[in-house]
Amino acid sequence: MAQVKFTPNLQRFFPDLRACEVDAATIAEVVDAVDMRWRGLGDYIIDEQGALRKHVNIFIGDELIRDKRRLSDAVSADTRVYIMQALSGG
Amino acid sequence: MHDKLLVGTRKGLLIMSRQGRADWTVESAHFEAIPVPYAVHDPRTDTLWVSLDHGHWGGKLHRSHDLGASWEEVEAPKYPEGDSVPPDFSVPAKTNYIWLIEPGGVDEPNRLYLGTDPGGLFISDDGGDSFQLVETLWKHPTNTHWFGAGRDHPGTVAIVVDPRDSRRLTVGISVGGVYVSADGGESWEARNRGLYADYLPDPQHEYGHDPHIILASPSNPDVLWQQNHCGMYRSVDGGRQWRDISDKSGGPAGFGFALALDAEDERVAWVAPAVSAEYRVPVDRALVICRTEDGGETWQDLRAGLPQRDCYDLVFRHALDVHEDALAFGTTAGNFYVSDDRGDRWRCLLHNLAVVYSVRFM
Repeated sequence: MAQVKFTPNLQRFFPDLRACEVDAATIAEVVDAVDMRWRGLGDYIIDEQGALRKHVNIFIGDELIRDKRRLSDAVSADTRVYIMQALSGG
Repeated sequence: MHDKLLVGTRKGLLIMSRQGRADWTVESAHFEAIPVPYAVHDPRTDTLWVSLDHGHWGGKLHRSHDLGASWEEVEAPKYPEGDSVPPDFSVPAKTNYIWLIEPGGVDEPNRLYLGTDPGGLFISDDGGDSFQLVETLWKHPTNTHWFGAGRDHPGTVAIVVDPRDSRRLTVGISVGGVYVSADGGESWEARNRGLYADYLPDPQHEYGHDPHIILASPSNPDVLWQQNHCGMYRSVDGGRQWRDISDKSGGPAGFGFALALDAEDERVAWVAPAVSAEYRVPVDRALVICRTEDGGETWQDLRAGLPQRDCYDLVFRHALDVHEDALAFGTTAGNFYVSDDRGDRWRCLLHNLAVVYSVRFM
C-alpha cells in the first residue's frame, strides 16, 4: 500500500483529511483512491482533463512527479506520496 | 541623490521627488499603462533601469542616462536556444518576466545583473548592452528541486553583491533557495541550513526553499536577512547557517514579502507582515510594519498613520525601501506611504495607484 500524506492546507476544505494508505499502481490511481475516500478531493488536485492543477505539487519521496498531464508515474507498495500545495501569490 | 523615489506599478513608473521642506510629490509618469515590475537607479553611472512586463510583447528592459527625460530600450535577456525550464524541462525557456535589476560592484561599473522568470541570472559586462545567462546556476544539478511560486516558474528574486568583494554573490531563487558564489558566478553552493519549508516532504531539505527576498546589512555584509515563505531568517556568517527570527511572542512578523535594512546598524530591519501563506491578508485586517533593533530577538509594531481596520493592503517583495531615517512603501491596493522617523509615524501620500510592485530610493 502506498502511503499518502497531504498538505494541511487541504483540511480547510476537507476537515477530516488525514494521511492514509492506498492500493494504487500510478499517481492517477492514488488520486482516484483518495477521491473515493474524500468525495470531491480529486477536483482540488487535478482538473477535468486529469492534469495536475498548476499550483499543486505531488512528490514521490523527495522528488516531484514527472508526468503532470496524465499522472502516470509509477507507485509501488512502499512509495511515499506527498500531495502538497505549490506556492502562489506574491 | 536620495530626494527621489522610483515607484513601479502595474500601470507604469512614477518618479517622485521632494525639495526642501515640501512633501513628496509625483514629478513624472513613464511607461503609462505598462506593468513595471522593477525600477532602480544605478549610482555608478547615474543611469535609471526599468523592467517592463508587456502582456503581449514579453519582458523588456529600458534605461535612461538623463534621469527619465528620455528612455532607450536595450535588448532583453534571452535564454539559449533549446533550453527548457526546471524542474521537469517540459517547457521551452524564454524570458517571461524581469524580476530584478541589480548593479554590480563599484569596482566593475559595466557589470549589471538581472533576475528573471524562469529562474535565470543574467550578467552584462558592457553596461547593459548585452546580457548572458549564468549557465552554472541555471544548470546547477539541484535545479530539479526548483519550482514556481505565484508565477508558474521559479524566479530569481534576490541578488546581493558583496561590497567588499564584488565577486561574492548571493542569489535567491523562489522556489529553489539560496545560492552563493565566491568567484563572480563561475560556481555556486546552496546555503539553506536552518531554513524550514513546510511545503516539502522534508521541510529541512538541502534545496527547494523559498526566499521571497534576501538583503545584506550594508555595515556588515556577512549579516544576511531573508523574508522567506516560511518565516523571517537571519544569518551572521554569509548564509552558512540561518536562524529563524520570526516573532515568537505572537506578534505579526513572520510571513510576508518585503524587507528593508538599516545602512548603519546590522541589527535593524523592517518587514511588512501578512497572516500566512494561506491567508494573504494583513493581520487582523490592519496594516503594520514591524521593526527589529536587536537582530530579530524582538519586534515592534509600527502602526501610527496606517489603516487599522478593513484593510487588505499587502506589500510586495521589492515595494519597501529605506534611506537613512526615511522609509517608503507601496501596496497591492495602490496606496503609497512614507515615514520620516524610521517608521514611527506614517502618512499616506497616494491612495489610488495601481498595484505597486517596487519602491526604490534613488
